[in-house]
Amino acid sequence: MSDVVLRAHAVGKRFGGFTALSGIDLEVRAGERLGLIGPNGSGKSTFTNCLAGAFANHDGCFTFKEAPLAGLKPHQRARQGLARTFQLPRPFRGLTVAENVRVPLSFGGRGAATMEAAMACLESVDLAGKAHRMPKDLTQVELRRLELARATALQPELLIVDEAMAGLSHTEVDQILALLFRLNEGGTTIIMIEHVMRAVTEFSQRLAVLVAGRKIADGPPADVLALPAVEEAYLGR
Amino acid sequence: MSEAIIPALPTQAPRRRLGHAGFWLAATAAAAILILALRGMGSEYAYFAATFVLQYVVLATAWNILGGYAGYVNFGAAAFFAAGAYTTVAVSKAFGLSLLPCIGIAALVGGALGLGTGILTLRLRGAYFAIATLCLSVVLQTFIVNWSYVGGSRGAYILRPRDVPLGFDSYGGYLCAVVVVLAAAAIAIARSIEVSRLGLGLAALRDDEAAAEAAGVPTLRLKLIATSISGAMMAVAGAPLPYLGSYIEPASAFGLSYAVNAIAMPLIGGTASWAGPLIGAVLLASLQQAATVTISSAANLLIVGVVLVVFVCVAPHGIIGLFRRRR
Repeated sequence: MSDVVLRAHAVGKRFGGFTALSGIDLEVRAGERLGLIGPNGSGKSTFTNCLAGAFANHDGCFTFKEAPLAGLKPHQRARQGLARTFQLPRPFRGLTVAENVRVPLSFGGRGAATMEAAMACLESVDLAGKAHRMPKDLTQVELRRLELARATALQPELLIVDEAMAGLSHTEVDQILALLFRLNEGGTTIIMIEHVMRAVTEFSQRLAVLVAGRKIADGPPADVLALPAVEEAYLGR
Repeated sequence: MSEAIIPALPTQAPRRRLGHAGFWLAATAAAAILILALRGMGSEYAYFAATFVLQYVVLATAWNILGGYAGYVNFGAAAFFAAGAYTTVAVSKAFGLSLLPCIGIAALVGGALGLGTGILTLRLRGAYFAIATLCLSVVLQTFIVNWSYVGGSRGAYILRPRDVPLGFDSYGGYLCAVVVVLAAAAIAIARSIEVSRLGLGLAALRDDEAAAEAAGVPTLRLKLIATSISGAMMAVAGAPLPYLGSYIEPASAFGLSYAVNAIAMPLIGGTASWAGPLIGAVLLASLQQAATVTISSAANLLIVGVVLVVFVCVAPHGIIGLFRRRR
């Protein structure tokens, strides 16, 4: 069995006449930390939504653990071990923090849905003390941690972290980074979509760059960031 | 992010909950006590008034499973209620069956109608879903108006049997006891759903459908389960109606009062808990019954409207929400 956990082949997505993604090829190996970067509107979130099943891609295909994802609904992909967080935290506002985590534990089908399991997930993101609070009582960084706790409750093989550092302070970014490193050390493959370049370069073993729906670079962070095309995409000519 | 029309009620730190069996036993005991108390009164009006109030308890509790737990506001409650009532008319006419089998068949008809509605409106949410359910009510009423077998627009008469089952002193007393049992069962079913895995999934999809899907919740399947259970229970609420007044016609069976009350009662009581529809239904239906006797039945919808506006402004989470906030 190959160690490639995710393979995207010629993935394309259009919204009416607008091409959001075109011919995206990407491979992610098990245990890898991949950074997916690009300017606003480059297609990063569209790629995530296609991968997670929220959008249907018009062209190409994804294979996850060597099985095609085509036709699978988002919850079926989640149950297979493909978890994601959202750009803006989307907690279940009518449920407590612990109940938020019990949702993936109950429906993910990858572990016990007990209160102990929920508390273990919350402890892993330092939120156990707020288990019985409502999401409205959490700070921005705590909401991001709750997103991560909910995603990790699925015990994913692949976790897509969509701009988890946006709007956070330097210290808070470090806290989230430490969490992600811990998850990765536990065996979870992570794709980090991020604009905070300090975080993405520190975290990623490899960078892929999207610009206007196309992948323009893929390789070690230092090499990729030195490419004139990447510099131009971020800073202009 | 998809928004739920009804704001979710903030919950507090968990309290010790009665188990499923314990709650069902408590509901059974409460039903038995209520039946005995009503028999003790032995008044036909008390039977009628209790039946009137309790049918709303069933209807509001049923509506809340989809509208409150899942956040899908159903404006077509009257359609399901009338479907139950007309199932009783059709089945008793065709097969000469008594009330209890008619209620069972009404549950099947309502469940199938709910499932069909769910399948047809899979992708709809918010106002679009509400309008679709309103359309269902119009379509079904047109169908019944043109179905002469069940009386069409003239309506249909149902004669109460001379022999009163189970040793009750009158058919009104028997009908009331049946509705008491239905109300207790509806509350116990709602509570079982609320504290179950299904309830957790419905709460998740109410708050954010896309996030629920990402967390592994099969939202479409849960929605279909909720529409089916809710539809079945609303039809059950309507099944005894023809026996209550011995006459039924489309304009009243599909009346606005059922649709409005089914929504207003859970909203006033609180949508996040089984107790909300119970409190709202007892409060509003009793108020309406009192108004019917003392003022005029024409005042009923006015009362509902005024109370609803007051609660939406003052207590958007209903009576239950007021108490939880103070604790």
